[in-house]
Formats: sequence, C-alpha cells, structure tokens
Amino acid sequence: MKFDRINRRIFLKSSAIVGAGLATPTIFTSASRAQDFCNAPTGSTVTLGFNVPQTGPYAEEGADQLKAYQLAVKHLNGEGDGGMLNTFKGTALKGNGILGKKVEYVSGDTQTKSDAARASATRMIERDGAIMISGGSSSGVAVAVQSLCQDAGVIFMAGLTHSNDTTGKDKKRNGFRHFFNAYMSGVAIAPVIGEAYGKDRRAYHLTADYTWGWTQEESIKNATEALGWETVTAVRTPLGSADYSQYLTPVLNSGADVLILNHYGNDMVNSLRQAVQFGLRDQQANGKNFEIVVPLFSELMAQGAGEAIKGIYGTANWDWKLEDEGTKAFTKSFGEEYGTPPSQAAHTGYVQALLYAHACETAGTFNPKGVVEALEGLEFDGLGNGPTLYRADDHQCFKPVLVVQGKEDPADKFDLLQVVREVPAEEVTYDASMFGGELGPVNSAC
Amino acid sequence: MNEFVLQLLNGLDKGGAYALIALGLTLVFGTLGVVNFAHGALFMIGAFCAVVFSRLLQLETVTVDPERLTPWGSPMEIRTPLVQAWLGDFGAFLVQYSVPLSIFFAIPVMLLVGLAMERGLIRFFYKRTHAEQILVTFGLAIVIQEIIKANFGANPIPVSAPAALSGSADVGAWLGLGGGIFYPWWRLAYLGFAISIVALVIVFLQFTTYGMVVRAGMEDRQTVGFLGINIQRRFTVVFGIAAVVAGLAGVMYTPIVPPSYTMGMDFLVLSFVVVVVGGMGSVGGAVLAGFLLGILQSFASMNEIKSILPGIDQVIIYLVAVVVLLTMPRGLMGRKGVMET
Repeated sequence: MKFDRINRRIFLKSSAIVGAGLATPTIFTSASRAQDFCNAPTGSTVTLGFNVPQTGPYAEEGADQLKAYQLAVKHLNGEGDGGMLNTFKGTALKGNGILGKKVEYVSGDTQTKSDAARASATRMIERDGAIMISGGSSSGVAVAVQSLCQDAGVIFMAGLTHSNDTTGKDKKRNGFRHFFNAYMSGVAIAPVIGEAYGKDRRAYHLTADYTWGWTQEESIKNATEALGWETVTAVRTPLGSADYSQYLTPVLNSGADVLILNHYGNDMVNSLRQAVQFGLRDQQANGKNFEIVVPLFSELMAQGAGEAIKGIYGTANWDWKLEDEGTKAFTKSFGEEYGTPPSQAAHTGYVQALLYAHACETAGTFNPKGVVEALEGLEFDGLGNGPTLYRADDHQCFKPVLVVQGKEDPADKFDLLQVVREVPAEEVTYDASMFGGELGPVNSAC
Repeated sequence: MNEFVLQLLNGLDKGGAYALIALGLTLVFGTLGVVNFAHGALFMIGAFCAVVFSRLLQLETVTVDPERLTPWGSPMEIRTPLVQAWLGDFGAFLVQYSVPLSIFFAIPVMLLVGLAMERGLIRFFYKRTHAEQILVTFGLAIVIQEIIKANFGANPIPVSAPAALSGSADVGAWLGLGGGIFYPWWRLAYLGFAISIVALVIVFLQFTTYGMVVRAGMEDRQTVGFLGINIQRRFTVVFGIAAVVAGLAGVMYTPIVPPSYTMGMDFLVLSFVVVVVGGMGSVGGAVLAGFLLGILQSFASMNEIKSILPGIDQVIIYLVAVVVLLTMPRGLMGRKGVMET
C-alpha cells in the first residue's frame, strides 16, 4: 500500500466511511432502541431487584419477604405449583416469565436504613440492570427508595410500608403500594378497642421516631380521640432501641390506662416483652385493667413476643388463615417450600411482584409509562384480600383491613393470631388529597 | 416519687452493666497500659456463651406425627428436647435456668478467650503507641463481631429468663412507699449480680496478696519486677479476669436485651466514656462513673426533663463527660501520671 499518496482529503473520506461502517450495526440493534426507557431488557431475561432488610430491627420481616419474592419468581417462570397465578382472576400471566422473558432477580440488604437502601437500589439499577425495584419493611426506606426509583426511571413496587406518607405527601408516579396504611389501621381498630376497653380511656403512646411511627401515632390518636379517649402523651423512641425500660417506667404513673406501642419488628418484640416484664398488664389504673394495644403487628412478631402477645389487639393487611382460594394457594406453596406459613410481609411482596408482571403483560411492554397506565385504576381479585382497587389518584390499594388479636390458647406454634373483624374496604377508604403530595409525571428515562 | 424510684432502679441497672464493662477496661489499662477496644467484644462473647449453652440444653429430636397436618398439608413435626427426655423434671429445670447456669460455662470459656487474646495478640503491642493499640484492638473487635455474625446471623436471639424471675416485684411495698412500684425480678437480679461482682473484684484487689502485688505492679512495675516477682504473668491473669467479668456481664444481660453481634460495640463507646469520666486506670472511678452515668441517663429520659430539654436523654452522658473533663481533666478519681507521659 502506498501510504505516501494519502492526503488530508482521502484520510477524512476514508475515516468517515470506516466510522459509518463501524457504527452501522449498532444503529439497528435492540440496544439502541432500548434507550426508549431505562434498563429495557435486551436478551431473553428480565431482571427484578428485591431490596429488603436482611439486618436491623426489621430483618425477620425482610427475610420472609425475600423468600416470597423468590417464590414469585419461580411461579412467574412456570416452576413449582404456580401459587396465586392459579387464583389471580383474569390475569394475563401464563407462567412463561414476563412478556416471554425469563425472570431473574438480584437482592440487596437495606439494613433498615435509608442510605444503605438507596445505595443497594442504585447498585441494582445501575450495575445489574434491574427494571423494577420492590421491597421496604420500613417506611423510611420505602419513601427514600421510591423517590430514587422515580428519578432513575424504574418502577417501585413498595413492599411492607405502612406510613401514610408513602402514598400521601411522598407519593410518586413510578411508585405503587399494595400494603394498607396507618390511617386504615386507626379507622379499623378504633371501634374494636372501644368495645373491648370502653370509651373512657387515657392512652400513652410510645412511637418509633420516623415517618411510619409519626403517621401511625397521628392516625391512632385521631381515631381513638374520636371514640372519646384522651391522649396523655406521646413519647418518641429511636428506631432500633433494645432497652425500653426508661420509656416504660413513666407510663404507669402518668395517669394513662392504655399503652399504645407504635413499634414494629424487633422493636415491638422488645418493647412489648419489656412492658409485660414491668408488670403493666397486671396493673390497675383509673379503676380499670391496664391494657396494651399494638396497632400493627404480624405473625412473625407474635412468634418473637411469645406469651406477651396473648390478648393484644392490632391490625393486619392479610393473614394466612383467611379462607379464600388465593390465600390457600399461597399458604400451600409457601409452606411446602419453606416449612412455615407466610407472613403479611411475604404476602404483600409476592402480590406486588405478580401485579407488576401482570401490568407488563397487559401493557405489552416493560416501559414504565405503559406499566403505570396498566396499574392505575386496576381492579383485581384472587390475590388473598378479595376485590381490590389500585387507586389511580395516589397509587394506594384499597381492600378489607383485618383486626387481629393474639390468641390466648394457640393450637400449635403457627396458630398465634385470630382475626376478630374484617373491616370492608369502603370503611377505610379516604379522600386521595387527605395526605397531600403530588404524583407528578411518570419517568422512564435513565 | 414512684417514677423517681423506678428511674433510679433503671439507672442502677444500666449503671451496673456500664460498671462491669468499664471495670475490666480500666483494670487492663491500669495494669497492662493497653487501651483495649476489643473489650466490648468480650461482653458480646459472654452473651453468646448464654445462647450456646441454652441451645445445647435445648437440642431436640424431630419426629413426624402423621395424624396432625400443617396448614399446607404436610405432616406436623414434633420436637422433643433431649435433655428433658433424658432427665425429666431435672432436665426441665436445667432448661428453665439456662441463663444463670451458663455462668459456669462462660467462666472457663471467657478465661480462655481472655488469655488467648492477651498472649496471642495484645502482648505484642505493649510497647507500641496507644494509637496503634486502639487500631489493632478495634480491628480485632470487628473480626470477632463478623465471626459471631457468620455463625449466629445478624438478628438478635431472644433468650428467656427463668419463669420464676420473669415477672415483676412489688418494690414499693418493700420500701414502704405503697403500691404501684413494680420492677422486673430479672433486672433486680442483674443489679444484685453486678454489685456482687464489683465487690468480689475489689476484695480480690484490696485484700488478697495476689491483688496487693497487682496493685503494687500498677504503681511501679519495675520495682515489683526487681523483687523477683513475675508481674507480667500476674497482669496476664488480670486480663483473663477482666474478660471473665465482661463475659459474665454479657451472660446475665441476655434476658434484658436479646443478644446480637453489635451489642459489644453499642456498649464499648459508653464504657470508654465511663472509664474516662471515672479516671483512666481507676477501678473505683469506673464503678462510680458507671452507676452515676447510668442514673443520669435514666433521669434524663423522664418526660418532665425532656419537655424542657428535648433529646437530652440521648446526649446526657457525653455532656457530663465534657463537663467533667473540663473541670477535672483526670476524671473523677484519676491518678496523676496515667496516660500523661
């Protein structure tokens, strides 16, 4: 080759031809079309990210939730007995993955801390290419990750999060919550504890000091004060406290005759056990038996609390002892797989994974724009809670709320709670503007 | 008045734990001159001794009962504890009292752990700077923490107090203050235990020949060495005793707060503050500061105080430390010359 004949013009021409030639194949590949929306799956698989607390005060709930996500992935891919895929009415899911792509997953440990949760969600989105993030078990974490997913252009299917803020002042268009919230707990539990303990009571709140605790305290206060109860005081306790002695000792001499524990997970197990050790339930105050109420608790917490949970009233999103077909199918799959009945944290995670997959199938795309449209206003049934609505205005699910009580005489180690009332969805429905916030536009760009 | 008594008891209880940990910490500092950041880990290992011991007592045989089904249709597993199956009522008693009984398991284990720690690592750092000692012992604490996490998981493990001590005592009636002052039996037992251990250590140091030599060594190591006494060996034993004291504090603490791998670190920082406030190397100072800070922390969490100064319960210990160090730079009972050369 005679290089001495290459002048500037020839060099530029040939460079342009070579450059165009090199670029040509990529113009027509799916990789460039993938830029339509963030983390569009290009191969034969789609990756979901499960972000749950594996350490910290909510680790028990997180571990159970992760098991449920793994089960959901199995069922979506057509493995196992199919679980709730068989009872989900009118679903587009066929057990062949999502839109024909095999479902894979990555998981992360939120450590029950917002910063760690955001770091692990970022890793899953940026490094692992997760197209949807699900998880929570702490509203602080859920709110932080929901906002991150909105900015990152992926869908957030909230796991266990009960703060009013998640679908209230902090709601986002890319985020959806199946779990119920503190307001619904308050409305559901107030008539039951009013009947059981009377209308003339004085309540003392111990509250986990973060978004969930604050909103639950407010909702329960409003609901019990409407009954005629008086709130003596509300004391905030740091999330993850182990020793509650200094917070419990003032309770008895405060003039209160009911202690309301706005604690969850290990915090609740510790505070309730210690309250019982301090003899609170054996006391009389204002001429009445001293009572303890835990507005939100689960079977897992009941196991941890042992004897202390007997007779305690609370609320739950779901219970494995419900009689509908969806619940039976899920409990059977989960029990056979892991040897224990599923918790409400597990149930909500499993359902969220299925609902996301269903939305992708009906929209015919993984694009968050299509998924959001499919989920907004979606009415579904057969997933354990009866007919349920995903309200378009705030992305909150509306379904019956369970009022539960720790069983006095359990038949076996799994039989710890009894459902005392199922409060219909209409009674716990509220105006979407009540807790403020704006959904804003959907974001699908990275 | 009732609340005052209850918060005082809370403070004494917390103070008991602080004092027991700080006691060992200050002993090691006073004798070996080592700032041992792995001391919190010893407290945690003690707590896990109780976990291991109660698990050993509760080893089970699993049989399947085909008559009873789980909610998902598989036969129910029936678990029978081996100790109860072999020893009957005595076995049940052992299981019930596993926490106090694990003291006997923890003493040799902690002594061995303490001696291994001192001989295996810490003795190589006697002549190094305090900064290097802190770095290496802090690293050791993290290693121990991760070993425990790998073996027992990250979640707290609930351990029950014996049924006889799981209720609460009518302290008001004892004190003649009327009813309404109830305090958990186990916490009272912990307080009694902490006071006994502190008393035993002080008696050992003050009234035994061995203790006298140790104290002499703390004052002037070289002269004691000239008298032909192997003071290094005695100091090693003191390290072992410090480990046992921290370990026993951990064992007895398990029914109060379920043990987790982070519990050592949670207490370590507070215990260092206690040692510094009490005076580095002073046994009496550590005990005094332990109880004092425990009580102050409890009173600071009274609603009446928090309504004036919100959040004071979270910072009171550090505020007191600042005030004490500004007014008494050597701490409450610190001796001249310690950490000043």
